Amino acid sequence: MTEPHVRLEIPVEGNNFTAAGEAASRVKKTLQKLGIDSTLIRRVAIATYEAEMNIVIHADAGKIVLQVDADGITVLAEDRGKGIPDLEKAMTAGFSTASDRVRAMGFGAGMGLPNIKKCTDYLAIDTEVNIGTKVVMKFNYPAAT
Amino acid sequence: MKLREIQKLLNATVLTGEDLLDQLEVKMICGSDLISDVLSFTKERSLLLTGLTNPQIIRTAEMIDLCGIVFVRGKRPGDDVITMAGESRIPLLLTELPLFESCGVLYNAGLQGCSGLSLTGGGDKIDRTPRPPGNSG
Repeated sequence: MTEPHVRLEIPVEGNNFTAAGEAASRVKKTLQKLGIDSTLIRRVAIATYEAEMNIVIHADAGKIVLQVDADGITVLAEDRGKGIPDLEKAMTAGFSTASDRVRAMGFGAGMGLPNIKKCTDYLAIDTEVNIGTKVVMKFNYPAAT
Repeated sequence: MKLREIQKLLNATVLTGEDLLDQLEVKMICGSDLISDVLSFTKERSLLLTGLTNPQIIRTAEMIDLCGIVFVRGKRPGDDVITMAGESRIPLLLTELPLFESCGVLYNAGLQGCSGLSLTGGGDKIDRTPRPPGNSG
């Protein structure tokens, strides 16, 4: 196991729309400081932001954990909350269970998980109803030219 | 096209980032009121036209490196949102024109969308080659 170069753990509060996005913003800034490729940073930032918004919208509380090591970048989004009853449906573009209040803010397009899938090289979702959800996202470094 | 020209075309008020308008070159535009669609389909350094005025739109702009935001149909964001954008150096413009009209004005002026798609042959097929820059046809 490679020793991680960076490990950053950021708590995320459910239903706090003022702070929402701060974790993803910190992840992005950390990767920029490390001099990571900007196209890769964009993919990590989008996936992390979507995952963070899922915690804010759907869960009670959670955290985002960034780990950067020699093999690649891993972002873990873990929450305590209601979980996802039908994961296959949740992965379908356009499907959303977000409230009208959340939709009025521009979220709930049903593109969150499909968008995360598009941005990641590896995605694993472990969810249990009324317990919570754990999303593991991995990103490879671009092949050396 | 410089952001300054876009401001003139839309007769837009500058809410923040006045000093950046002459520097920033806009190549692509995205018009949307859905954050996930913006995250999913917008290319780097594009300009967003939207009716969303909550703080999350600035976060979104930060995440995907938008070059600025134009608020349409006269929807002015709160001072907190304007301050947040100022700190992140994201110019904000405000136009009275609705989204469709704003997009139409800019499309006619030759600006491209993020999809790279356009209709050709009188609408018979979708062309996947981007329009040449400056084409006002």
